[in-house]
Amino acid sequence: MNPVLAIPAFGPVLPEIILAAGALVLVLVGAIRGERSGEGMNIIALALLAAAFVAVLMLPDERVETMYGSFVIDGFAKFMKVLTLVASAGGVILSMDYMRREGISRFEYPILIVLSTLGMMMVISANDLIALYLGLELLSLSSYVIAAFDRDNVRSTEAGLKYFVLGSLSSGMLLYGASLVYGFTGSVSFPAIAGILQGQVGIGAIVGVVFVAAGIAFKISAVPFHMWTPDVYEGSPTPVAAFFAAAPKMAGMAMATRVFIDAFPGIVDQWQQIIVFISIASMTLGSFAAIGQRNIKRLMAYSSIGNVGYALIGLAAGTVEGIQGVAVYMAIYLAMTLGAFAVILGLRRGNVMFENVEDLSGLARTHPVMAFCLAMMMFSLAGIPPLAGFFAKFAVFNAAINANLVALAIIGVVTSVIGAYYYLRIVKVMYFDEPGAAYDSMPAGVKLVLGLSSVFVVLFGIVPAPLVAAAGAAARSLF
Amino acid sequence: MFGFGILSGLLILPLIGAAFILTLRGDSEAARSNARWAALATTIATFVLSLVAWNRFDTATASFQLVESHAWLTDTIRFKLGVDGFSIPLVLLTTFLMPFCILASWDSIGQRVKEYYVAFLVLETTMIGVFCALDLVLFYLFFEAGLIPMFLIIGIWGGKRRIYASFKFFLYTLLGSVLMLLAIMAMYWQAGTTDIPTLLAFKFPYNLQIWLWLAFFASFAVKMPMWPVHTWLPDAHVEAPTAGSVILAGVLLKMGGYGFIRVSLPMFPDASVYFAPLVFALSIIAIIYTSLVALMQEDIKKLIAYSSVAHMGFVTMGLFSMNEQGIQGAMFTMISHGLVSGALFLCVGVIYDRMHTREIKAYGGLVNRMPMYAVVFLILTMANVALPGTSGFIGEFLTLMGAFRSNTWVAFFATTGVILSAAYALWLYRRVVYGEIDKPALQTITDLNRREIITFAPLVLLIIYYGVQPGPILDTFAVPTDALMQSVQAALSTVKTAAVAAH
Repeated sequence: MNPVLAIPAFGPVLPEIILAAGALVLVLVGAIRGERSGEGMNIIALALLAAAFVAVLMLPDERVETMYGSFVIDGFAKFMKVLTLVASAGGVILSMDYMRREGISRFEYPILIVLSTLGMMMVISANDLIALYLGLELLSLSSYVIAAFDRDNVRSTEAGLKYFVLGSLSSGMLLYGASLVYGFTGSVSFPAIAGILQGQVGIGAIVGVVFVAAGIAFKISAVPFHMWTPDVYEGSPTPVAAFFAAAPKMAGMAMATRVFIDAFPGIVDQWQQIIVFISIASMTLGSFAAIGQRNIKRLMAYSSIGNVGYALIGLAAGTVEGIQGVAVYMAIYLAMTLGAFAVILGLRRGNVMFENVEDLSGLARTHPVMAFCLAMMMFSLAGIPPLAGFFAKFAVFNAAINANLVALAIIGVVTSVIGAYYYLRIVKVMYFDEPGAAYDSMPAGVKLVLGLSSVFVVLFGIVPAPLVAAAGAAARSLF
Repeated sequence: MFGFGILSGLLILPLIGAAFILTLRGDSEAARSNARWAALATTIATFVLSLVAWNRFDTATASFQLVESHAWLTDTIRFKLGVDGFSIPLVLLTTFLMPFCILASWDSIGQRVKEYYVAFLVLETTMIGVFCALDLVLFYLFFEAGLIPMFLIIGIWGGKRRIYASFKFFLYTLLGSVLMLLAIMAMYWQAGTTDIPTLLAFKFPYNLQIWLWLAFFASFAVKMPMWPVHTWLPDAHVEAPTAGSVILAGVLLKMGGYGFIRVSLPMFPDASVYFAPLVFALSIIAIIYTSLVALMQEDIKKLIAYSSVAHMGFVTMGLFSMNEQGIQGAMFTMISHGLVSGALFLCVGVIYDRMHTREIKAYGGLVNRMPMYAVVFLILTMANVALPGTSGFIGEFLTLMGAFRSNTWVAFFATTGVILSAAYALWLYRRVVYGEIDKPALQTITDLNRREIITFAPLVLLIIYYGVQPGPILDTFAVPTDALMQSVQAALSTVKTAAVAAH
């Protein structure tokens, strides 16, 4: 009777261990060197993320459970962890120059990013409700702090506070839902829950599922739990907004997929309605509300709400193709988001950052390369081929048609046309309007992120197969 | 070469030209001149290459030729190219018109010259891609991709209301196309592939055909454009720069007709038979109504745009009469309209470059100062009216004959369009060219210069040549038309049997 005492396999947790231990080392370095720690901290954080990246790649492809069944690693977890690490690294690179010039380059920032990434990795691999909640809280608490990182700025602190209050509410809902699910099934482990929740299930468990869904919807900023997104994006320092738009979305979608596919596969009919509803609501609100926005960061917030709606189409399908669609969508969305935010970070003249749509006026003439890249991001976000965004939408809509969700697919394509309007407006401002004064040249790190994401977005159409095939393998590992 | 065939070459060549222009530094006069010459050389090289493709093309078979297939999205969605008798003439039309577009923009585009030619060359790739694609996803990709350069061309180099026009163009066509995308996915799950030759042999269930047909119709009808979804076209035409109008009328409008021939008719024959009356009704309304609207226009470009909608009405009517004459006539009308309307827009461009207005009222008596221009404009007007001896006549006559065989009333109403087109076209010609020069601004207008003569000569000669010798073009798609007829006839005869049984 001592399997409980057996030491679990630590191999699959290696990436998380690297990040956790690394974060502690960073804290020590920061505590000893204090304000003098400087740029080195960012470099160490990047090195940690890179080491975790390598460790993730070296994990086995087949499903492995460890930590007494609370931690799982499979193809899907690997795929989403790779995306998350790339997103976090992007967040660090985009912030380096910005934080220094704004005078808020403190050693806590890279530590918080690493801790938040650790939370995301745990969420992606969580195999029971407790592990899920722990990872989520680590992710959230770090996020609240970095939202308010520019602590002398009223907007930034307001963003942090707002995020914290609403985030706590959603964590509470998730926890409440989890307790209901536990109460009605007697287990917190996903496979065990899946075994019990089959066919006709009681209303109590359904209420639990609904609350869990609400908590998840908050994290991925899906309507009707999206209200925090525009304010937080607008208020936080721009690189932080870029980080929020990219990394937690990867983890959030992975979490949603993991919970619904792994824990509730027996009651697809019940949760499918929820997902279909929040998908339609997100797509619609994302398209319409963005039209009136003048601030680019707010616009990108609504854009990310809409994009989550499209990604959820794949989840709503609940099939292998659907999850493959989610994975493809998130990978491409990551490149588009980082690219778009890189351009926003490039709008700087001296010490002033510009973040209104009209500040992009005539960018095509003052900064042709930057304007071209942003235009490609916008056309891609609108889903126009041959850019990457088209293949993302193709993947999820294709799954929806296969799963007979024709109405959802039709609403999706119609809202994507409406959404195209505000993406086109950005292109219009850059290309058709008269130019203003030129901006400072971009910092090298921002240039790197913008260059890589542009190359990805523009040339993806030539060789789409590797990513699509990898996403397919990842999706199959869940079923 | 490297496993890529001649059709890949046609797609890549303009992109290479565009990449070369992008590498040109600075905005000096020398750089602009280099961009112009590079664009011209690229388009001519592409045209020559397409002639080589045509030379290798065998008109005696209905199957796809010059086929090449590369791994792409998945095992079943491949990068597959090929041409048959329906597509190769349209490929040639595209590559043939492009050098004229470059020439027409030589002096009239003064700002952001490099970007302009890059946009045009990218546009050329997407247009050729639409006609060469042998996979529906690839077809959709090129079909939509053309929106991006065209949006920029209208929006950056267009007229006063260019922003409104570019948005309307983009969103209208996008809304039409997205439904087609869903239909393509439905076909994929039904047939397991998006390979066009395979789908041509696949029989879709009747109920599904109806929905798929409607989804494709939404896209092609907007692109065509058919009444009542044609309203983006006059705006786009009026605001686009001359070369943009030429490409819009000459090639982009043909994508809708090509789509009907490539997808709707052969893949959904039962649905096509079912919906033929609807298409006839819309075509007749287009022919008569838009001709009447054209009569009232005060802007030359808008008038020609409405006449394009009317001519496209003949194309759809011919296609859905579903007999040999109708389909051949529709194909011929598309080619001929590509040449004629393209040349007409170039004609408008000539006087617009000199006077910077397109108002009909601003002109009059041009024949006194521009005799050569008057001759060219007259020939083109006659071709637009479908005077026998010009290419316009062959197409219109064949489509009317096809419609007559299918439904005499349709032919009767469509024929009134012939009269109306003579009315608006000749009246336009009278107002612009004849009469005395009484406007002071026109006193110093100059006749065609050498570049313009070089532009018009081949177009005018071809229009007359194909009016007298339509054989070469008709032969190109004669065999595939027969093949298409067989699948459609089967559907037609089931309907007839059912009708007989019902009586």
